[in-house]
Amino acid sequence: MSDTPHVVMRGVVRRYEGPPPVHALGPIDLDLARGEFFSVVGPSGCGKSTLLDVLCGLASPTSGTVSFEGKELHGEVPDGIGVVFQEDASLAWLTVRQNIAFGLRMSILPQREIDERVDHAIAFMGLAQFADHYPAQLSGGMRQRVCIARTLVLRPRLILLDEPFGALDQQTRLLMGDELLRLWRETGATVLLITHALDEAAVLSDRVGVISARPGRFIDLVETGWPRERDSRIVSDPNFGALTSRLWLSLREESMKTLGRVA
Amino acid sequence: MTRGRAVLAVRVAVLAGCVLLLEILCRIGVINPLTVIPPSDMVASMIEHVGSGDLDDNMIQTFSTIATAFVLAVALGTASGALLHRSSRLRDVVDPLLASYYSVPTFIFYPLLVALFALGKTPLVVLGVLSATPAVMMSTLAGLDGVPRVLLKLARAQRLGPGRTFCWIVLPAALPRLFTGFKLALSYALIGVIAGEFLLSATGLGYAISFAYQSFDNRAMYGLMLFVLLVAVVANGCLYSWEGRLARRRAGR
Amino acid sequence: MSDMALESPPPQRARRGTKALDSLILLLLMLGLWQAVGSWTQGVAVSPPLQTFLYLADLMTQSGFWGHVAATMAAFLMAFAISAVLGLGLGLVFGLRRFAGDVAEPVLAGFYTIPKVTLYPVVLLIFGLGTSAKVAFGVMHGLVPITLLTLGAVRNLPATLLRTARVLRLPPGKTMAWILVPACLPDIISGLRLSFSLSLLGVLIGEMFSSQRGLGFLLVSGMAQHNIPLSTAVVLLIVIIAIGANMAMLRLSRRFTHRKA
Repeated sequence: MSDTPHVVMRGVVRRYEGPPPVHALGPIDLDLARGEFFSVVGPSGCGKSTLLDVLCGLASPTSGTVSFEGKELHGEVPDGIGVVFQEDASLAWLTVRQNIAFGLRMSILPQREIDERVDHAIAFMGLAQFADHYPAQLSGGMRQRVCIARTLVLRPRLILLDEPFGALDQQTRLLMGDELLRLWRETGATVLLITHALDEAAVLSDRVGVISARPGRFIDLVETGWPRERDSRIVSDPNFGALTSRLWLSLREESMKTLGRVA
Repeated sequence: MTRGRAVLAVRVAVLAGCVLLLEILCRIGVINPLTVIPPSDMVASMIEHVGSGDLDDNMIQTFSTIATAFVLAVALGTASGALLHRSSRLRDVVDPLLASYYSVPTFIFYPLLVALFALGKTPLVVLGVLSATPAVMMSTLAGLDGVPRVLLKLARAQRLGPGRTFCWIVLPAALPRLFTGFKLALSYALIGVIAGEFLLSATGLGYAISFAYQSFDNRAMYGLMLFVLLVAVVANGCLYSWEGRLARRRAGR
Repeated sequence: MSDMALESPPPQRARRGTKALDSLILLLLMLGLWQAVGSWTQGVAVSPPLQTFLYLADLMTQSGFWGHVAATMAAFLMAFAISAVLGLGLGLVFGLRRFAGDVAEPVLAGFYTIPKVTLYPVVLLIFGLGTSAKVAFGVMHGLVPITLLTLGAVRNLPATLLRTARVLRLPPGKTMAWILVPACLPDIISGLRLSFSLSLLGVLIGEMFSSQRGLGFLLVSGMAQHNIPLSTAVVLLIVIIAIGANMAMLRLSRRFTHRKA
């Protein structure tokens, strides 16, 4: 791990003109260390997805800067970033294998290398049985796995995930979390995960950022101190309870604001 | 027997039963032979006329007119649909027009078209295009609208650029709805052209049917009618099953 | 997620002002095109807008004209009523009885795509020349859409609704009236709107082919007598009636379908 942060956000603000004008996010200051697993939690509508969009270059900040690997972003997605969206982004007209290979369609790699990477991703994400199926034949969780695999083949150095397990049941989420950790260790990438599930954030991350209600700002940054080799069984660690409660106590007031109640 | 096969079997049985009933009623004289001829005679007449080669000119005329109208409608419809999709201002204005378009019986314009373009292929093609194009426009709009926003974000995240985004993402995603439009276009073009030929034309299958009717040649009329209906059913049926295959792969979206 | 709402650009409330202006411009453009075609062909094919409106106004003062209008309306209303009642009934039956619905649907859909005009001689042979043939032809056109749409709506009814009806122990009549029909109402009204236009089309086509009365007949005889203003005026009237009725039905449907925004 080098000393310069992998990602730097300084004074990032995102406003929409309207009508009515909306101050969606910020100011946000964030440093992500290379290879770190960082989660973002916050109430609905606080701008978490906006944060992700600004971070990877899908949206430009109204003010402030975002830098990735030392270079500032200017409204374009730089090379080396992989994104997994909240909604199902699998391509219905391609098989699982073709979907995953889609990630490399633009690359200049030789076909053999492409096939190797695709096969590896399929095996890694446990999709070998379904390689020639169409997304419509798969469950929601499997489709997300396809999207993650599609990101994998690019060997991204920064992986952004926007509530990728949002539509899944709790048990599947926990297992998918384990897969995500495996992915993180194997690729050595920096991971930013947006989630509304506090337990998920507490289990998976090195650090968790708690965002306030709109306009979203970081109100707490929690270090988990977990070892790199971890999986969902870490819920039995006594610190897990303490972490989750700290997150909730920070978040509770903000969530109530969003719900329209007084704290 | 699977349910699908059972449904098919019952459908065939019911249809065959109706045809058989008609045949019997005609043969025993319950139905006046001057009104409706037995189905077997209809089939015989159709084979006679089609096989004789006398119909060839009319067939070529009708099919080429339909084909021309179809191709034009598809081209115009997809182009204007794409244009409307890009310009929301234009679309806001044209949308109510499109929504009400098919409430107007397009066919009433046919006599005026004949007066405008003189009897021949042109008014028929124009009628076909007028009937079919809005359907293509609407399904192009629906298709382009229906591309999930997240896929457009995916395209940007993978840095595909506008050309590749269109070819690799927008077009495949919109294809099922586009294809529905093409299917409708063929249906409407066929109906429009045949109806036009029937009312006012000098050649074509529609004209041939009308002529047979007015000459009191019921046998020829029914034979030709059966032929036209079969062509329509087969052509539409092919496109329909093609559409079904396209949709089945993506079912659940 | 409400987060997603922030992703999209702000709503288009600002554009409503230009829309009215744009619609006016479009209307003027269409009138202009009409005028151009009319004068370019020197009234041989189409008579220009002003002349047509004046002719139509004049027509409306003649009782003979209203006789024709009445003939069309009578045939049409009968055709529409029969299509609606029969179509709704068939649609409900086919929607509720899955198997029958599956058997019938492709046949109905297929019937929708064939050039029914080719069957008109058969209709004439069976019903003779007269109003009943027109009505029959109107029903032939108008029956299928309402049947198919009702069938689809009933079939796609969320199972939870029917289960709720059983939990509440509703008898079949009440289930239909209180749950089934209201839930299917948007599609039923859509179907009625389509059937309206198509029944009208059927009746008009019938009149254009073989009738001595009605708007369709006036249209065709106008062309035959080279009375272009008459034909254009009739077309204009039909267009106004069709679009007017369609918009009225759209407004009506909006009042009944509070579900879909």
